[in-house]
Amino acid sequence: MSDTVLDAVVVGAGPAGSAAALELARAGRSVVLLERGPYPGAKNMYGGVIYGRVLDDVLPRWWEEVPVQRWVTRRSTMVMTPTQALSVDFRSQAWGAPPYNGMTVYRADFDGWLAGKAVAAGARLVTSTVATGLIRDDAGRVVGVRTDRPDGDLRCKVVISCEGVNSFLAKEAGLLPKADARHHTLGVKEVLALPRDVIDERFGLRGDEGLDIEMLGCTRDIPGGGFLYTNADTVSVGAVLALPELAASGVRPEEIIADIKRHPAIAPYLRGATLKEYAAHLIPEGGYDVMPAVHHDGFLLAGDAAGMTLAAGIWLEGVNFAIGSGLAAGRAAARAVEAGDWSRRGLAPYRREISATFVLRDHKRLRGAPGLVLSERVQRRYPGLVADFAEGVFQVTNPEPKPGFVRLLRRAMRRNGVKLRHLVADGIRGGRVFR
Amino acid sequence: MSMSTDRWDDVSFEERMSTVDFRVGERAHITVDSDVCRSCTTKACVTACPANLFAPTSDGGILFNYEQCFECGTCYMVCDEAGAITWTYPDGGNGVAFRHG
Repeated sequence: MSDTVLDAVVVGAGPAGSAAALELARAGRSVVLLERGPYPGAKNMYGGVIYGRVLDDVLPRWWEEVPVQRWVTRRSTMVMTPTQALSVDFRSQAWGAPPYNGMTVYRADFDGWLAGKAVAAGARLVTSTVATGLIRDDAGRVVGVRTDRPDGDLRCKVVISCEGVNSFLAKEAGLLPKADARHHTLGVKEVLALPRDVIDERFGLRGDEGLDIEMLGCTRDIPGGGFLYTNADTVSVGAVLALPELAASGVRPEEIIADIKRHPAIAPYLRGATLKEYAAHLIPEGGYDVMPAVHHDGFLLAGDAAGMTLAAGIWLEGVNFAIGSGLAAGRAAARAVEAGDWSRRGLAPYRREISATFVLRDHKRLRGAPGLVLSERVQRRYPGLVADFAEGVFQVTNPEPKPGFVRLLRRAMRRNGVKLRHLVADGIRGGRVFR
Repeated sequence: MSMSTDRWDDVSFEERMSTVDFRVGERAHITVDSDVCRSCTTKACVTACPANLFAPTSDGGILFNYEQCFECGTCYMVCDEAGAITWTYPDGGNGVAFRHG
């Protein structure tokens, strides 16, 4: 590589990085987009749904060409015990027509498509290349990246790190402390092949309609949850597991997937399915309160590298936050270069922009959600409480008359070790978190 | 590559990992200092690694291989013993290559 000083180097051709490179290229800036995998998406895995409206800033009518598997028109939340399951199942036909709501994809397809947009706009994509460190000047300003290619130093005005959850460059820049297992979960997933018409029949879908199920109460004593979503001719099933408790549990992650697949509410959906691919990835779940500073002299952070996955129970989103932050980082870097000031101060509009949009506003508003969702009672007591209460409501006890709801609730509380003060406290906490 | 029918609930770990594409490089991107591991009582990496790459040895150390690594970072994050696990990305182009992630 050469001695020329690029306007920007973007590290990582995932959704954040490609979005950032796209905006830089559109602004006429010279930008190299580094990807350590052999192709964009090779290192990436997610838990099932991309919410695409953020792509309105990438191109109009993006849905006509995005490599989608299915459009999610059916969304279920399932609360489980080993022998019970209560689902809230919602369907909207509006979600099956433009501009849609959620889509399922294969990340190699989607990430490659988005990287292609950046390349078409003029970014230079360099794959199979690791950014091994930052180049800094005497004042500590970031002035480039080192790569694992021979003579692979790249000098530039702004480095945008979109390197994902391990975020080594941000740690090197001093923006992130040492990795803390408490703020990370492990996602494990199986992609299972089933014929398309079998998926349609089992899940009540037609055409390119899709289903996404989020599950609570299926991860034994490990805080977390399960998920299942449909692709065109595969079904993806997996679990998200809190790292410290997983490590202490003595249970291996694939055993939790096996539990979910064996559950009476899930097993019939998957009969005869064959394993196509097993995958695992870390998720930064700490939320707003543990997010790093996102800008430094000559340096910006976006996507998972900045901890931007939203894990708020009923909302589980990450790719949209990556794209939203990446677009904003690319625009801020382009303007800073144009204005001749890419110091920390010159790059500050990035922080201001994401603070004004969903990217940080959703995170700030839901800052208490990760802690509540992973709390002991929500994880280990309330699934049983809810399931026992539902069973009591729907069980006909003839010749005994129907018990009242209050009696049923008290019984479910007793069985699951829940006190009234717990419900009141968590009710207030939940009200504050989700207000 | 896909497994034969109706075995979905009991594929062996070897079969499970055979569904994943890896481009194995010559350089081990993980190194483990087994001397440090000998003083570790939890061996959290053994349980948590989704690729099951870490195995305890009879003398209290850790045997591992780097070749079928998802590059997730779980091992070094759960490791309680400073300096036991050194972790970098594999060299460019090497390592896991998900097709359906």
